[in-house]
Amino acid sequence: MDFSILTYPFMQNALISGLLGGIACAIIGVFVVLLHMPFIGVCMSHAAFAGALLGLWLGFNPLIGAFAFSLGAAAVVGPLADRGELNPETSVGIMFSLMLGLAFLFMGLMSGPKSQALELLWGSILTNTRSDIVVLAVVAVLVVGIVIIFFKEIQAVVFQRDMARSVGIPAAVILYGILFMTGATITASFSSIGGLLIFSLILNPAAAAYQLTYNLKRMFLIAAAFGVLSSWTGLLFSYLFNVPSGATIVITSSLIFMLAVIFSPKRKMKRWQKKSLLEKAS
Amino acid sequence: MGMTEESSHKISIDIENAVVSYREDVALRGVSLKVRSGEFVGIIGPNGAGKTTLLTVVNGMGRLVNGRVNVLGHALTSGNGHALRKKVGYVAQAQIIDPRMPISVREVAMIGRCGRLGLFHKPDKRDWEIVDTALDLVGMTHLAQRPIGHLSGGEQQRVAVARCLAQEPEIFLLDEPTASLDWKAKTDILELVKRIHDARKLTTMFVTHDLSALPIACDRVVLMKDGFIYDEGSSADLLTDDKLAQLYDMPVAEVAKRRGEAALI
Repeated sequence: MDFSILTYPFMQNALISGLLGGIACAIIGVFVVLLHMPFIGVCMSHAAFAGALLGLWLGFNPLIGAFAFSLGAAAVVGPLADRGELNPETSVGIMFSLMLGLAFLFMGLMSGPKSQALELLWGSILTNTRSDIVVLAVVAVLVVGIVIIFFKEIQAVVFQRDMARSVGIPAAVILYGILFMTGATITASFSSIGGLLIFSLILNPAAAAYQLTYNLKRMFLIAAAFGVLSSWTGLLFSYLFNVPSGATIVITSSLIFMLAVIFSPKRKMKRWQKKSLLEKAS
Repeated sequence: MGMTEESSHKISIDIENAVVSYREDVALRGVSLKVRSGEFVGIIGPNGAGKTTLLTVVNGMGRLVNGRVNVLGHALTSGNGHALRKKVGYVAQAQIIDPRMPISVREVAMIGRCGRLGLFHKPDKRDWEIVDTALDLVGMTHLAQRPIGHLSGGEQQRVAVARCLAQEPEIFLLDEPTASLDWKAKTDILELVKRIHDARKLTTMFVTHDLSALPIACDRVVLMKDGFIYDEGSSADLLTDDKLAQLYDMPVAEVAKRRGEAALI
């Protein structure tokens, strides 16, 4: 195989983006899976998409629009879901469709060619610039650092929030910190994966890791490894077959999830229990 | 109440005219209660009587609309409960825990120490020793490395008690810890709570629907109804057919009949 492609700056940028974005998204995914909050992540990523399009339309940096909108969505949906005032499925349904509606409205209002807007839809890791990478690096370091520093609080909060609060952990601060990191990660990974697909790079690696371990530290590590693997493999296929990278990355991560489910020891354990029951019966 | 007796038993929980409401519902309508240090208070009453809310007022999780609450010398106002909560152990009803949850029994018990340790401090060897001692006390050492979700409801509640012990609390709040458990698990937890109270002299407030548990464990029983304290006193005085009939709005004869039948079991 010819590795000369790796010497091209655009490919190096893409590989570094895949590494940083894969790690950050996967770690956020662990929170999303354990807090049972996929709906909040979906809302935030679609809000980011709408915000980015608003930026494009009005001529300010789309990343700022994306960040502001995703945090805004978290600020609305988070407390509603937290206090149980609105059924999560209802609030996500409303928010999700509103955000897509806004996105298409902004897109329709834009004059001239819409190629840049469409790029936000599915992203393009191969055109990432140095500044994209700097943003990704800052976010990835922030996310990893926070998980390391506040590991015991995070573990308590993802296990049972009320209980964490009852032992004197500032559970609400931790929860909103997690939502803030989610917004930052979605925004930073936006240009690589795109607004419609980003959520699967968040969810799939973590959901796959969830199938494979009973240890939270390992779950973070496995998820991060899957995130990077998805990005790099997707990148390779995107380059080889000249198809959109966001799509190949997402499809790779879904395949990894399926394999994890098939080979999950958590499922085997059930079968093993069944077997021992059968042995006892006979 | 004689003053000498009062001063020999320090008051650890002092609730005065507490009013708490959630949206439209008033959960507590002016409740006053003093609990002495080391006392074991049982709380019973119909669903929706405000029993759980009373406990949340003590650990600073409930929001006071009116009244004063002083716990272990902390005057509670909304938002200053963190420091207090570190000294108050709380065991809720058995929760449904995802069997795939990637957290071990030992790690769950360590959560009890997190508040005390504070941010930026990792548990050291001594903390793990405290956790292991607590797990040993509740008889869960052999399951310490298991994922928490693989344990039975009764075992999970023992771990919750161990988590509270690891917290080294001064007050122990139990909110129907035995609800939804089978008879043996129920009596195991009761026995455990009683043993811990006797050994560590923890001030304990115990919400339960299990009337038979009260005479064994409690120094004092509080009856709650519609957000008020309906009556309080010794279990012998209060757990009569008359009182229960008033508390649960039932004919006395019916209460007597049902309690008689229950005694047969």
